[in-house]
Amino acid sequence: MAPRLTGGGNICDAMKLEVNGTTVELPPEATVEMLLAALDKADTPCAVERNGTLVPWKTRGGTALADGDRIEIVTLVGGG
Amino acid sequence: MTTATAPTATPLRIGERTIDRRLIVGTGKYASWDVMQRALEASGCDTVTVAVRRERLLDEQGRSLLDALDLDRYTVLPNTAGCFDAADAVRVARLGRDLLEQLGNPGASWVKLEVLGDRATLLPDPVGTLEACRELVSDGFDVLCYTSDDPIMAARIRDAGAASVMPAGSPIGSGRGIANPAAIRIIHDLLKDPEHGGDPDYPLIVDAGVGTPSDVTMAMELGADGVLLNTGIAHAADPVLMATAMRAACDAGYFGRQAGRIGKKLYASASSPWSGIIESIPGE
Repeated sequence: MAPRLTGGGNICDAMKLEVNGTTVELPPEATVEMLLAALDKADTPCAVERNGTLVPWKTRGGTALADGDRIEIVTLVGGG
Repeated sequence: MTTATAPTATPLRIGERTIDRRLIVGTGKYASWDVMQRALEASGCDTVTVAVRRERLLDEQGRSLLDALDLDRYTVLPNTAGCFDAADAVRVARLGRDLLEQLGNPGASWVKLEVLGDRATLLPDPVGTLEACRELVSDGFDVLCYTSDDPIMAARIRDAGAASVMPAGSPIGSGRGIANPAAIRIIHDLLKDPEHGGDPDYPLIVDAGVGTPSDVTMAMELGADGVLLNTGIAHAADPVLMATAMRAACDAGYFGRQAGRIGKKLYASASSPWSGIIESIPGE
């Protein structure tokens, strides 16, 4: 089940991303901020990595995604 | 019991941060968030460790750590647990910092660095640890560096710029306490004794392996500035009561060290005076 941005244009143009090991489809112009909104994580504390490099949280709106990107979205959990 | 006149441990400076409580407690392995909250309260800690893991995308349910943890009360120390090479540890450290910056938590400035060697022992990989430590220091982190109880490695980590060296008492979660007290003493001397090139203000924290309150006390008596533990509280039969005991044990060891112990002697030394002992009654 791949989350998709609604109203994002022709699905044939969709980018395929690998997000935390799951395939996610988004319209070609999508940013990291739009990805988080599509996943209902806009208000969830998390950090994002694109292809192994941190996307600082203040730059999410200006960071465009590309087809084939590997995205990691992480949070804080209990640990020692 | 704490009284108005009871002394309190002095705050501990670690890099840019100063913590008031010398017992640092982990947030993993508790039976429930409620038990964790009460155990943290009982431990008296002001700093807690956390891990960085993938967000669940589709099956999220129930409360998360961030729902359960009072971020206005606790400074969060994110770890790089689960990383087996330097590159992954550096990535995780940066992700943790980004999260804590968003949350406005002062823990954004530091990281508990772990680069592990294998899953069975969870012992640190010294080569990867040193490599990651250097990179994170150059990236502006205060690095609190988990390591084995090897004294030379401890000095190397200090030299690499770590804000604190954190030797394991024994393997993570093993509950075996301070397996090699002599090694911890030597680490203390190398890092903190001016005669050995050390700095008395350099923070040494024993991290991992603590099973009982007496382990905490021993670490502090050996000269550690603090103790970091998780499983010893979280998996105790009564975590809240154990947290109370660990807190008292940390104070006991700290003040005991400050007070200066007596020397050990082979023979007895009477506590009551020899003079004035009543005589045997003649003729009896």
